[in-house]
Amino acid sequence: MNNKTIKVDYLARVEGEGGLYVKLRDGKVVDVKLRIFEPPRLFEAFLRGRNFAEVPDITARICGICPIAYQMSSVHAIENAFGIKVGDQVRALRRLIYCGEWIESHTLHVYMLHAPDFLGYQDAIQMAKDYASVVQRGLQLKKAGNQIVTLLGGREVHPINVRVGGFYRIPSRAELAPLTERLKWARDAALETVRWTASLPFPNFEQDYLFVALRHPEEYPLNEGRIVSNEGLNIAVEEYDKHFVEEHVRHSNALHSALVGQRAYFVGPMARYNLNFDRLSPLARQAAQEAGLTSVCHNPFKSILIRSIEILYACDEALRIIAGYEPPESPMMNIPVCASSGCGCTEAPRGILYHRYRVDHSGTILDAKIVPPTSQNQKIIEQDLSQFVPKFLAMPEAELGWRCEQAVRNYDPCISCATHFLKLEVDHE
Amino acid sequence: MTQSSKFLVIGIGNEYRHDDAAGLVVARRIKERAPGGCEVYEHIGEGTALMQLWKYADRVLVIDAVRSSSPAATIHCVEASRHPLPAGVFRDSTHAFGLVEAIELSRTLKELPSSFVVYGIEGENFKAGIGLSPPVQNGINKLLEKVWQQVEMHSPARYGRTCE
Repeated sequence: MNNKTIKVDYLARVEGEGGLYVKLRDGKVVDVKLRIFEPPRLFEAFLRGRNFAEVPDITARICGICPIAYQMSSVHAIENAFGIKVGDQVRALRRLIYCGEWIESHTLHVYMLHAPDFLGYQDAIQMAKDYASVVQRGLQLKKAGNQIVTLLGGREVHPINVRVGGFYRIPSRAELAPLTERLKWARDAALETVRWTASLPFPNFEQDYLFVALRHPEEYPLNEGRIVSNEGLNIAVEEYDKHFVEEHVRHSNALHSALVGQRAYFVGPMARYNLNFDRLSPLARQAAQEAGLTSVCHNPFKSILIRSIEILYACDEALRIIAGYEPPESPMMNIPVCASSGCGCTEAPRGILYHRYRVDHSGTILDAKIVPPTSQNQKIIEQDLSQFVPKFLAMPEAELGWRCEQAVRNYDPCISCATHFLKLEVDHE
Repeated sequence: MTQSSKFLVIGIGNEYRHDDAAGLVVARRIKERAPGGCEVYEHIGEGTALMQLWKYADRVLVIDAVRSSSPAATIHCVEASRHPLPAGVFRDSTHAFGLVEAIELSRTLKELPSSFVVYGIEGENFKAGIGLSPPVQNGINKLLEKVWQQVEMHSPARYGRTCE
């Protein structure tokens, strides 16, 4: 029993195709691999030779769940290259559309992908037989997020209204107003979501993590901030390449990210929460405290609860932005195209998403670098498994395999993104 | 006397992943000559959005690229209103909550339209890039013919019905 191999050939309820392999000998994990076998997407190569204006629309296709994140990181990177900065109201609209994506992406994950694990269901379909009204709440909450993205982005998946320098079209106050009632309902539903996920049974599993996230002087981070960690990192986005490296490992089609000279690091909602608790809205902070959380959390299984708090925050923030919105004079800035390079880093639902582009004098992309959050979390996922499995060896093997998948789903991995570029295999020896 | 009826044709796919665009290609061709009362959509395939789209429809016809062990351009057809989609054919969606899950959750919540047909065309190349592979390009007209027959047969306009 102390020598075994846990193998999941095809991870369920994750975006994309991946598998899992864990090998134990004498009760210790001697090998763990998160296998990403989805074919590399080669988007970085695909972008070469394209005009900078096409980049937001092309990179949005990397992911059907977080297209806004790709659009935001890409426009920030290209605007950085050309030395421009959008005005306050366009900035506010970008935060608003990002709130929409956080709401819909997190809600999908909480209700459809991860909650079934905690309640003992194979999937959300089985869960819906006993929790129909709960699932309906999740569907309607996700729809509220989609409505923000549709209104601002032109459509809910692969939005078409985002461009370098701003938007193609901006809404009037009257066009935004109908969202208010919908978001007030959504905020209440999000609060119910926090209370519901707080009641789920969490495995007792805490780790000492190196968290990395953006941090902004005033806001819970979405589009802007410095890159910080809980172990002293505090750098401008432009310094990313000096501190982070990518490496290829044999068992994955997605490059692994690492902080130079440091251990595996953790990005995403839990990292944001630990590094920015004081930046949450008062309502979100209060909900967190009532759910039994403090300002720090080191149990990755509670990521579902933290995602719920971020849904609540996003609803709150969206209402604040809509209340204060005044349409800018122009939806977009002039773009002074020049040979240059630039980078951008924003907080995708799953964590920091870094883009870097080099363009020539005509605005043609010469090369691109895209580092998705799931790439960055691969090492920490494997590390979690190596620590988690020995603690639960007494479980029947099928259940242990399932718990390993649940542990992977703590990170809401988007394998499709990671290979823009869970078969769990347990090896008994 | 007129009777309202909602008929949707939904082509699912990703333009930037070669054969994954097959559903979109078919939807576009149908849209060019869709009869009155037939609404045609191109869709990325995210499951919860699909559920919202077809929630109040009477008839739905979905077209998607699939990947199983069948030869490229093989056409599969399933009456999903009566049977679950076969896992070996329609399982391979990169969406964590895709078409298969959307259909089954709709069924569980009693929201699946009473007539629901899914066509799948076997793809060969799903890598990043634009354009259908040669076998799928050659097979698309056959799929289009089958889909068009369904559209003509079930279009509300054919029976003098009007759509809201």
